[in-house]
Formats: sequence, structure tokens, C-alpha cells
Amino acid sequence: MIKGTVKIATELCKGCELCIAACPQDCLTLTNNINLKGYKFVELKNDTCTGCTNCALVCPDAVFTVYRQPKASLKKAV
Amino acid sequence: MEDNLVLEGLEVVYHKPDTLTEAPFHYCPGCGHGVAHRLIMEVVEEMGIEEQTIGIAPVGCSVFAYHYMKIDMQEAAHGRACAVATGVKRLLPEKYVFTYQGDGDLAAIGTAETIHTVNRGENLAIFFINNAIYGMTGGQMAPTSLCHQVTSTSPYGREEKAMGFPLKMTELVAHLPGAYYVTRQAVHTPNAVRKCKKAIRNAFEYQKENKGTCFVEIVSNCPSGWRLTPLDSQKWLEENMLPMYKLGDIKLPGKD
Repeated sequence: MIKGTVKIATELCKGCELCIAACPQDCLTLTNNINLKGYKFVELKNDTCTGCTNCALVCPDAVFTVYRQPKASLKKAV
Repeated sequence: MEDNLVLEGLEVVYHKPDTLTEAPFHYCPGCGHGVAHRLIMEVVEEMGIEEQTIGIAPVGCSVFAYHYMKIDMQEAAHGRACAVATGVKRLLPEKYVFTYQGDGDLAAIGTAETIHTVNRGENLAIFFINNAIYGMTGGQMAPTSLCHQVTSTSPYGREEKAMGFPLKMTELVAHLPGAYYVTRQAVHTPNAVRKCKKAIRNAFEYQKENKGTCFVEIVSNCPSGWRLTPLDSQKWLEENMLPMYKLGDIKLPGKD
């Protein structure tokens, strides 16, 4: 399993939930907290993220920075 | 929470392009304009042409495009972005010039400018964001609104006899000889976004080779104008807009 994670700029998030629908691993969720703009924002709910960048692609506000295991380290593990 | 992230041994595979400013977008939640802005700026960053690119901002929701794009931008009068771009490109032919226009700007008030710019084969890229409605002014009917679509100025639905049919600008400009590359893309799914980025990249590459006008239509959503949630608006886009505005390349170089 490829390991990845995302960093979320919560202050830019407007809680449109498009990323939640686009995530194949179902690892994003909307918090009950509210950011300075008055929107609920997304956060990671578990560590199943594979760094597929789907959330970042559909995000209209570019809140995601996506990290993923480099391919070289995968080969070593195998 | 973010400080607890384990980033060791991981590499960055995606980040916000440096060609976008820090300013948060003023667009409504879920609006496709943000994705379109980001894709254009990603391509500009990848090609390393930040210093040689001049964008022309329209009037409409995206009127503040120059706040978000960290390149040289020029605001144009309503509908006249193509005319302004023509002037800029003719004066500075070595620069990359693109216009970013919505459907109210390009397909309504700016129809003449657009058609003649493409007909002259001006060597620039036109990005046309089509969301079938006037977003900024409160969801009025646009020339691109669908048949029977309910908007604030067509409360009983757009009736063809009185209000005409949806205007397919992309098909219209595709058979002008000046058009070199004409395509229609969308930004509602990750795959559509990937394809859209490729189309934008092609438009810039062809401009580098002085090929002619490149016209990229981006079918987008308008949750506020359509009175839907962002997720429902994407479903509505897929079910109603895509049958009318079919995605794909309409004019490819070398094929007619």
C-alpha cells in the first residue's frame, strides 16, 4: 500500500465537500469547527491516504499539499 | 493537528502553484473558477513562462483574476478581452497572451470581438468558462443557458421561441479558418481536470509555435446561480450540461 498524506490550508477552505466526494479512500471529513471566514473545513479522518492527488485536483481553493512515498522506496520494500 | 503529520520519507507530489498569490479566492464554495485559475497558473509555472505571460481579465465573476494570478494582467472592458489581447499580442509578439472570459463576457456582449479575433487567427489563447448563467449579477439567463433552464430572468424556464437556443460558441468558432485548436473540457471530476490541464498546456504550446488562435472552453458549475449545493451542482452539470455541451476536441491541428 502506498503511503501518503495531505496538508490542508484550513483558512482557505470553504467546505464545499467536493474533495470528500472525490477521495477514493474516504479519508476526508468535514469538521464541526469553523475557520475565520465562517466555513466548516475539511480534515483527514484516518491514515488511509495514498497521496493520489484527487482531492487537490478538484479543490477550487487549492488548499491541499499532497505528500506521497517516493517510488524508489517502494521498490526497496518489495 | 497539522504539526502531528508524519512527513518523513514522503515527497511533495502536489502543491499550490507559486504563480497563484496568497489571496484567498472570492468565489463561492465549489465554484469551478478556482480550478480553472489554478490549472492555467500550473501550466504557466511548469512551462516557466511567468515572466513572458500576459493575461487579460474579463468582467464577470472572474473580474478579480489579476488579484490571484502572479503574472502581468490587464483588465478589459466588458466583452473586449479578445480585442485587448489582440493589441497586446501585436505589440509584444514574443509574449504569451491569454484571455480568461466567462460566458456572459465572451458569448453575450463580446461575441463580435471573439468571432473576429478567431477569424483573424490572432496568435493567442482564449479560455472560455461556461457555466450557463450570469453568476456575478445574480443568476440571470445567459446566451449559453440550457433550454427550459430556470434562472432569475426565466422563472418558467428558457423558452426557445422567445429566448432562443443555447449558443455553442465553441462549435461556432471551430469552423473559422483562423482557429487552430478548439476543444471543450470540464473541471467536475479529477479525470476531467487532468484532461483540461492538458488542453490548456496544448494551447500554450501552440502559441509558442505561432500556430493561430487556440480556444479552450471549460464547462463549469455555478452552485449559487443554479441554487444547488456544490455536490448537487456537479451532478446537474453532468446530467444536463454535458449532453448539450459535449466534451472533447472539436478542431485538432492537422484534422479537419
